[in-house]
Amino acid sequence: MSTSPVLLLRALLLALLVAVAAPVFAQASDPTPLQFNDAAEEARFHKLTAELRCVMCQNQSLADSNAQIAHDLRREVLELMRQGKDDAQVKQFLVDRYGEFVLYKPDVAPGTYILWFGPLLLLLAGGVWVGRIVARRAKQPGPATDDNDQEW
Amino acid sequence: MNNASELPPSPPRSRGALTFALIIIGLFFVGLMGLLYYGVKQSDRAGRDALPSPLIGKPAPAFDLPLLHEPNKRVTNADLAGQPYVMNVWGSWCPECRVEHPVLTQFALTKRVRFIGYNLKDERPDALRWLEQFGNPYMMVLADVEGRTAIDWGIYGAPETFLVDGNGVIRWKHVGAIDQAIIDHQLIPALEKIEAGR
Repeated sequence: MSTSPVLLLRALLLALLVAVAAPVFAQASDPTPLQFNDAAEEARFHKLTAELRCVMCQNQSLADSNAQIAHDLRREVLELMRQGKDDAQVKQFLVDRYGEFVLYKPDVAPGTYILWFGPLLLLLAGGVWVGRIVARRAKQPGPATDDNDQEW
Repeated sequence: MNNASELPPSPPRSRGALTFALIIIGLFFVGLMGLLYYGVKQSDRAGRDALPSPLIGKPAPAFDLPLLHEPNKRVTNADLAGQPYVMNVWGSWCPECRVEHPVLTQFALTKRVRFIGYNLKDERPDALRWLEQFGNPYMMVLADVEGRTAIDWGIYGAPETFLVDGNGVIRWKHVGAIDQAIIDHQLIPALEKIEAGR
């Protein structure tokens, strides 16, 4: 009985290892022959391409897509990174050529205010509405609730 | 049942709130229906997934590409300056290009404007064979084997077609196969605008 926590811990560790290893296997099947200089560059590249949208298959990120153009653009992104461009510059490079569309996180600009603040506005409006109803209900004396005749 | 017996004590206010809520819900519903209807109407529009190019109205990106037929000869923007030209991106690997090819050939034969081919990411022998088989309507064919210049042009596939004016400014672009209606209603009017002096 005393070994069971250890066993449990081992099982958990194993599960964790499998979970961590899975994406690595998925990466291996990726046909891109991109070579990274170091882990930091690789991490930055993956983070950046995950935030960029593939222009061909528009519901995939640049990182996920297998389209030829995505392959070419990934290579281009890596090259721009090696030229010392920062993330904003790499994104601007693609925006200049393919438009705002390539960004999963578009800039906060007058044209995208609705996109950024619309949901918040809706939430606020809904909250105010619900709040008013709750406040009014609270003011009403409300009938004496006797749950006794309710059968659960 | 229980609710109905609660209503009478405060009729005016809750009646007003209920009407207000119904109006809001109704407006929301109408808006949603409108949005869905718009989506359905748009769904049969060819090229609805095409990205609007940010390059329209801007100078065409610089390029320096070899000719498909004479790989030793290179062509740059400067060589094409002065007169407008239409640049059609194609590849032997592109099935849609075959669909638009007869239409474009007919347009090229009118000699309305210089008609230039842009062979994208193709094997040279394949490209040459394709032109031999289907005919070569192009005044010249630029070859971009690597597809690097294509990125500068915002090209993301084939077919794509650009109209560049005499000052080297991109005036119009179409993504996907071109048909006669697109030539008549978009390309030629854009060309007429250029000829009229913008």
